[in-house]
Amino acid sequence: MTDANAHAHPVIACLSARFGDGLIETHRHRGDATAVVRPDRYREAIAFLREDTDCAFDFLTDLCGVDRLELKLKPRFEVIVYLYSSRTNSRFRLKTRPLNDADPVIDSIVDLFPAANWPEREVYDMFGVRFTGHPNLTRILMYEEFVGYPLRKDYPVNKRQPRLPMREIPDDRPGMIFL
Amino acid sequence: MPASETPFPTQTRIPVEEHIDSRSGRRSRSMMLNMGPAHPAMHGVIRIIAELDGEEVAGADIEIGYLHRGFEKDCEVVGWGQAFPYTDRLNYVSPLINNVTYAMGVEKLLDLTITERCAYIRVIISEVSRITDHLTCIAAIAMEMGAMTPFIYLMKGREYLYELVEELTGARLTVSYVKVGGVKGDLPDGWLKRLESALVNVDKEIAEVDRLLTRNRIFIDRTRNVGVISQQDAWSLGFTGPVLRSTGRARDLRKDEPYLVYDRLDFDVPIGSVGDNYDRYLVRLEEMQQSARIIRQCIREIPGGAVRVDLSGRPLSASEVVDAAKMGMTTDLLLRAVQADPTLDGTGKAHARQINADDKRAVLPPKEDTYGNIEGLMNHFMLIMEGEGLKPPPGEIYIANEAANGELGFHMVSDGSGRAYRVRCRPPCFYLMQGLDRMIIGDMVADVVPTFGSINMIAGELDR
Amino acid sequence: MAVKEGQGGFFTSRLSDGIAWARKWSLFPYPFVTACCGMEYMAVSAAHYDLDRFGAAWPRFSPRQADMLMVVGTISQKMAPILKTVYEQMCEPKWVVAFGVCTCTGGFYDNYATVQGIDRVIPVDVYIPGCPPRPETVLDALMKLQDKIQSEYHPLTGSVRKSA
Repeated sequence: MTDANAHAHPVIACLSARFGDGLIETHRHRGDATAVVRPDRYREAIAFLREDTDCAFDFLTDLCGVDRLELKLKPRFEVIVYLYSSRTNSRFRLKTRPLNDADPVIDSIVDLFPAANWPEREVYDMFGVRFTGHPNLTRILMYEEFVGYPLRKDYPVNKRQPRLPMREIPDDRPGMIFL
Repeated sequence: MPASETPFPTQTRIPVEEHIDSRSGRRSRSMMLNMGPAHPAMHGVIRIIAELDGEEVAGADIEIGYLHRGFEKDCEVVGWGQAFPYTDRLNYVSPLINNVTYAMGVEKLLDLTITERCAYIRVIISEVSRITDHLTCIAAIAMEMGAMTPFIYLMKGREYLYELVEELTGARLTVSYVKVGGVKGDLPDGWLKRLESALVNVDKEIAEVDRLLTRNRIFIDRTRNVGVISQQDAWSLGFTGPVLRSTGRARDLRKDEPYLVYDRLDFDVPIGSVGDNYDRYLVRLEEMQQSARIIRQCIREIPGGAVRVDLSGRPLSASEVVDAAKMGMTTDLLLRAVQADPTLDGTGKAHARQINADDKRAVLPPKEDTYGNIEGLMNHFMLIMEGEGLKPPPGEIYIANEAANGELGFHMVSDGSGRAYRVRCRPPCFYLMQGLDRMIIGDMVADVVPTFGSINMIAGELDR
Repeated sequence: MAVKEGQGGFFTSRLSDGIAWARKWSLFPYPFVTACCGMEYMAVSAAHYDLDRFGAAWPRFSPRQADMLMVVGTISQKMAPILKTVYEQMCEPKWVVAFGVCTCTGGFYDNYATVQGIDRVIPVDVYIPGCPPRPETVLDALMKLQDKIQSEYHPLTGSVRKSA
């Protein structure tokens, strides 16, 4: 889906000129310029946005993930990169969707933007998306013994994996609600 | 001493090899020092595994996640409007800024415009929160270095502001004051005057601490040229906020991408030069003065107040209104003044139009309408009940505010139902902590705690 | 070794009262601060709601030196083993205060990441609900803890306290 209004945006125009059909869709919902790029062109697109003199995105604002299972869209996972350009004082959102739902893998951009180090670890921790080329892809918010990826839509919110055995609380105390 | 049965994480990432020490020419091996997660530094739970070469830190590994509370997962379970208490507890020293940012995000999804008075109120409370955050940060930095007095003075200063916040919102710390489309209630009578006198008192405390610390030989020796980071490194690591500004880069979202009414206000953005702990302390001190300046301008310029309604008869108590409405006697209810419960202060019909956007999709109607006519009741029902609620159209947005620590952003994805599909919080201190190891390597062990303190890491925000 | 109250004589009960008096007015808290309740803990120990008048102001950041473990703020599953270790490192007599509703029952964080109340990990003496509790509530809880300490019986040999 391409939004006709979107192509008027200079960055999207640059990207579509350079990547052509590498760009899957673009939009400008509520004014946020967005482009979705194919996963094999993802790293190239980030490098292009960084080095191109018209775009000049030198700051990585954020890198996050979304699990699109309940939206019933394929591919399932989406990695979103937010960039900011200090020269043009503008923001941009670049998205990519790793192809394999069972084992999502995408390139890491840590060498292009050192700020991506911990966010990529967090996307790995919460969604299970692996980043090739990351120096230290380990869990960051959860503990190593944790099995599963909590922010995936099929992980139940209440499923606890205690690290140590929980004490038995006698449930005959008045007013006690036993969880 | 029996070993504990509890498991410990055994993975370490720093190799501890034997090498020839360059200074003494002897064989030596670094020492691994584990700081945390339970540690005296006031700022929050973090684990720093430092490789020490004598007193100097040669390598550091930072482990976070000890306060991961599942904020993002919880936001997907509750409705859009019910996530406000969770946002309070993100950066819990400046909760109102988190509330304002989240509300602005949902309003962007709904494409809702707020009233001008509401914008001024949001700016005032954001700046009050910013002052409380910086007060806490400086108090903690000083206390971690052994200076107890600034802690006591600044906590006293913070109490003045907490009293005002409590009067306005009902709670000192976890406020949930902002709603989508407006705020919970208008400012009480005389609140702005009390805010002005509180600011005078807070200024006195800040001046005392300034006298104690800024030209204090010991403080300068402990913070000057300690924890230095270059502007280049800071920018490439995603730093924002006072830490970035202390390196000399003037990036402030209130100036670069103004939101609410910041483009009408006149204030300066302090920047440092060296990027060390002392610069960060000075930047925060000056930012508090600038916040006070912003608040004073807002107090002068804030529009509107209670709208004077033409009333007939004496004011009714709320229970009388409800009883009358239940019996169907609603003819002149819209014209009568209602004396509501003190917790509903400032939410009456006289105030509602001033602070809440005139939009049925998101804003609760005032109680007079809820009980007085069927449209108000239906509107209230549709916004509150399970399965209904705020329904932003499908789409995704990103909203960013200048929080006390830096750029606080929310990436929100809506699928058109009453629950958030995905809410991602971009915490400012996540990126700051990434760069912490760069800042402590090369300094001594005793400098780890002041450097860590000057970043103002708030674990609620970092780990969410 | 459990000793029933009333089994000692006049001097041992006076001694017990004296020991309890000394213990309750010189508590050394170990503030195990994790989250937002920490801000209210800082407010309680500061000048306005002074904790020092109860003799409990000076935090001892080593569990070996402290006798009151104040668990302030949510305990996540990642943090639970550390809390248990800190509790085990403290010497008798020790008391545990669960500060804030996250430590009492888990608060409103009913998800994969949090422990639903620290009494699932260590035994607790006083529960302080509130999110965060007002400083006056904390002072009230401290006074209740002092009553509890006063009511403990310490004969010349052995102690009535049993560790969990």
